[in-house]
Amino acid sequence: MTTQALRLVGLEKAYPDFKLDGINLELPEGSVMGLIGPNGAGKSTTMRILVGLVQQDGGQAFVLGRSMPSDQVAVKRDVGFASEDMRLYAQASIRWHMDFVRSIHPDWDENHAQALLQRFDLQPHHKVKGLSHGQRVKATLLLALAHRPKLLILDEPTVGLDPVARHEVLGELMDVLSDTDRSILFSSQNTQDVEQISDIITFIDRGRLIESQDKESYLDSWRRLRLEVPTSASLPELAGVVYGRGKGTLRVATTNRFEPAMTQAFQSAGITVQSVEPMTLEEIFLATVHLSRGVPG
Amino acid sequence: MALPDDIVLSQTDPRPMYQQIMGRVKQLVALGDWAPGQQMPSIRQLAVALQVSVITVKRAYLELEREGVIVTRQGKGSMVVEQPGASLRPHREELREHLVAAARLAAKLGMSPDELAEQLVEIHNDTAEDSR
Repeated sequence: MTTQALRLVGLEKAYPDFKLDGINLELPEGSVMGLIGPNGAGKSTTMRILVGLVQQDGGQAFVLGRSMPSDQVAVKRDVGFASEDMRLYAQASIRWHMDFVRSIHPDWDENHAQALLQRFDLQPHHKVKGLSHGQRVKATLLLALAHRPKLLILDEPTVGLDPVARHEVLGELMDVLSDTDRSILFSSQNTQDVEQISDIITFIDRGRLIESQDKESYLDSWRRLRLEVPTSASLPELAGVVYGRGKGTLRVATTNRFEPAMTQAFQSAGITVQSVEPMTLEEIFLATVHLSRGVPG
Repeated sequence: MALPDDIVLSQTDPRPMYQQIMGRVKQLVALGDWAPGQQMPSIRQLAVALQVSVITVKRAYLELEREGVIVTRQGKGSMVVEQPGASLRPHREELREHLVAAARLAAKLGMSPDELAEQLVEIHNDTAEDSR
């Protein structure tokens, strides 16, 4: 059995106007999980429970084989966490922050920290108040990475970054994965980032887990088909196929259960399949949210 | 040594990323840049270099192996196959698919087989000049 970096069983957390509703999830060691969902879906709440900032009401969370929150001291040694709303002290320098984190992390690796300063093009004596948004994000990431955590949990690591900084950040994340036993959980509004570097894609909407699957088979199961429907033919009822609105000869079908035989099914119904197109994660994301909320796409 | 730098992905390419990696590797092998028997970058190395997920590269390698372009040995990683002829087979299949599609379109346009053949020869001559 592969070791799980993360295992969530029926995780629950209720707020007055939001409920995390029984999340079950597994992240095998050495892989990257991209968490996507609309604003307020429960991504941040889930991550906060994993790093001990919030305590769940029900269910279990195992991080690197240890139970949260009861084993949180041991867990925090091996986890690196950075979140988009994390604030650094404006008046203090980057070096001051590094010394601070170093003083509480026995595994702090100063050589690695120096290498990260170089790669992120950061000056340690600069005060936080003078940094650009991108430099702040990179400084926060440096503080999360310098003790070489086994599990990296990042809430929106690339938001608001220019293309160069985004490339540096993604590159650094991929570098973490050169070690086969290190894992990453990250959330992003940028579906392109998620599509690019995740091994597993997890959708959350309104506190519920909609889907958690390996990326390749997931993307592969979705297709958009462009159909030419003669007036004599009618659209067949096929499992997992949703037809777009429209009444004319040219119709569009979307499916999350694509297989080559589907094309034949259309042809034998007298319908010409003009093209079968792969979909981007963004398109799939929208279709999934619509599907789970019962809104026609 | 087969270098990860030989592979560059495009965001405007409509193909999934694993297919882009496959296409590029097939070209590199067909042109001899990656010689028969040459060691491939490891899956993780290539993933880190291209900044794409491990599972994407793994899938590309699996399908390349299925098509007989590379071989993977337990503990030794992947390498380009020894008999280069075998790796051209996927190209033949791909060509056939394109020709079938062209024939269908021609029929729809009411083109005779001769007319289609004539156009094909013309295009062939044009591209031959371009690549010279």
